Amino acid sequence: MRKSSRIPNFRNLGINLRLLIIVNVITTLAAIFLSSGLSGFLLSLTTLLAFVLPILISSMLLLYAAQPALNKLPYFAACGIILLVLPLITLLFLSQTSDLLILDATQSSVRPVLFTLLVTMIVLYYFNLQHRAYSPAMAEARLQALQARIRPHFLFNCINAVLSLIRTQPKRAETALEDMADLFRVLMADNRDLVPLAQEIALCRQYLALEKLRLEERLNMTWQIDNMPPEALIPPLVLQPLLENAVYHGIEPLPKGGEIIINVKSIAKEIHILISNPYSISHNQHIGNKMALGNIKERLLLHFDLEARLTSAFKNNRYEVHIVIPHLKNTNA
Amino acid sequence: MLNNSLLKIVIADDEAPARNRLKDLLSDIEHVALVGEAKNGLEAITIANDAMPHLLLLDIRMPVMDGIEAATHLQKLAVKPHIVFTTAYDNHALQAFELNAIDYLLKPIHLERLQTAIDKARALQGILNAEQLEAIKPLLPARSHFSINERGRIILLPIDEVIYLRAELKYVTVRTSIREYLIEESLTTLENEFAQTSLGEQFIRLHRNCLVAKVYIIGYEKRTNSTSITEHGEHDSTSGESHWVALLKDIPDTIVISRRQQHLVRS
Repeated sequence: MRKSSRIPNFRNLGINLRLLIIVNVITTLAAIFLSSGLSGFLLSLTTLLAFVLPILISSMLLLYAAQPALNKLPYFAACGIILLVLPLITLLFLSQTSDLLILDATQSSVRPVLFTLLVTMIVLYYFNLQHRAYSPAMAEARLQALQARIRPHFLFNCINAVLSLIRTQPKRAETALEDMADLFRVLMADNRDLVPLAQEIALCRQYLALEKLRLEERLNMTWQIDNMPPEALIPPLVLQPLLENAVYHGIEPLPKGGEIIINVKSIAKEIHILISNPYSISHNQHIGNKMALGNIKERLLLHFDLEARLTSAFKNNRYEVHIVIPHLKNTNA
Repeated sequence: MLNNSLLKIVIADDEAPARNRLKDLLSDIEHVALVGEAKNGLEAITIANDAMPHLLLLDIRMPVMDGIEAATHLQKLAVKPHIVFTTAYDNHALQAFELNAIDYLLKPIHLERLQTAIDKARALQGILNAEQLEAIKPLLPARSHFSINERGRIILLPIDEVIYLRAELKYVTVRTSIREYLIEESLTTLENEFAQTSLGEQFIRLHRNCLVAKVYIIGYEKRTNSTSITEHGEHDSTSGESHWVALLKDIPDTIVISRRQQHLVRS
């Protein structure tokens, strides 16, 4: 989840991945400049990596451990500490290994320390730039722009269905209007905070109850959610648009209808959500699908960075969307 | 039409609540008779064949056959019916309707607006003209059927049953495994229409005058003295040159593959 602090979140997979890549690229570049010829390059790259990697990994572990403390400090103080501690680690490392390393023993430790300092500054500067690009204000604005929008098609068909019930089945019309009110309250709310999975599922059930009103026996649902952690957090309105797609592209084009399967389970600190619907190419010419998926993908990215995934595939005449998000609980939100 | 003679109406919508709502509204209007309810365009045409309605209220988005396609086929009826499209929301279609003065009703439908549409039908306004039909054609995702008029009735040919389309002088012959039909369209127009939709993938042009459904091609054969169908269905035995023909499932006909398309055989 995006922290309010400007210090990068060193416990985030994406941040750590970028860290590894940046440092290794810089090291490789340094090796290129330090050497001539391929064998020379390989030699200096190995030498440099033997020196860089242990420092990098111990620094990453240290930063991981120090994250809560760093978050409490002002940004520049935290950066100062990082810029002080990492060269110290380098110095420590050099003093412990000077007898064993292939490094030129006569060479002073100034260059490695300066190198660490420089790389650390580059990395911090990069994360600062990235943070500004995705600053909370920007991210919030984008989240707002990306907020799920229900198809107008659904709204008007729904009102139409309720109208048809008023004369003959006023009780069902009442329930339908109540469901609609709940659904639209969520749709019009400020949906930037994560909500418990159980809440999103309840909303989906209300949505599908409304669709069932129109499509009757053509719409069948199977819920496989026995293994679902109800308290796990999810961005609101991630599932509902996917179900809307499933109904619009999967069920409505079929004269006899079909089945939508919703499967939610938790595996190893991750929540897996699978939504599948029947799909026949010949009945589908709409491209709207892609847009909803792109929108949800971007919202997951803004909330979870690289820790969330969204994939879709065609399998045996069915269309399947698979979402993976980290299992977050309310306490550390 | 006399003002208080009975106006026969057919409604088509895939959603039962939407049909019920229309029925409720029609029960509040005088001198109309609901002669049929359809769940899709195909059913609407079947009903219209027998009931000969004056007016059809067609939902745009329906499975099997949508309202727009049904409207184009309904033009083949001896007495063209009035058509009013209904839709909950369809920006794309509404623009075309507005631009071409095509009648439509937005769901939920207001009683007064339905009344107006019915009054127009009574006054014999609202029969689609050629221009309007041309304007709604691009709204069609991919046609599901061909239609022909036989003794005043519309006969529908599912596109999946079409084996090949062959250009004749003024018509196109549509071949199914059972028989041949003539339709008044040009092969080029059809090919262009197919190219805009998923049907472009389904049919292949093997010869200047012939579009063949890929699924019905079972193989190719090299022939020397031709006994296969060429242009205008005549037997061609003018040359001893060898050429390729396509063999088709279910029927003995073969299609000559023109020189330009012979690379298709090899691939």
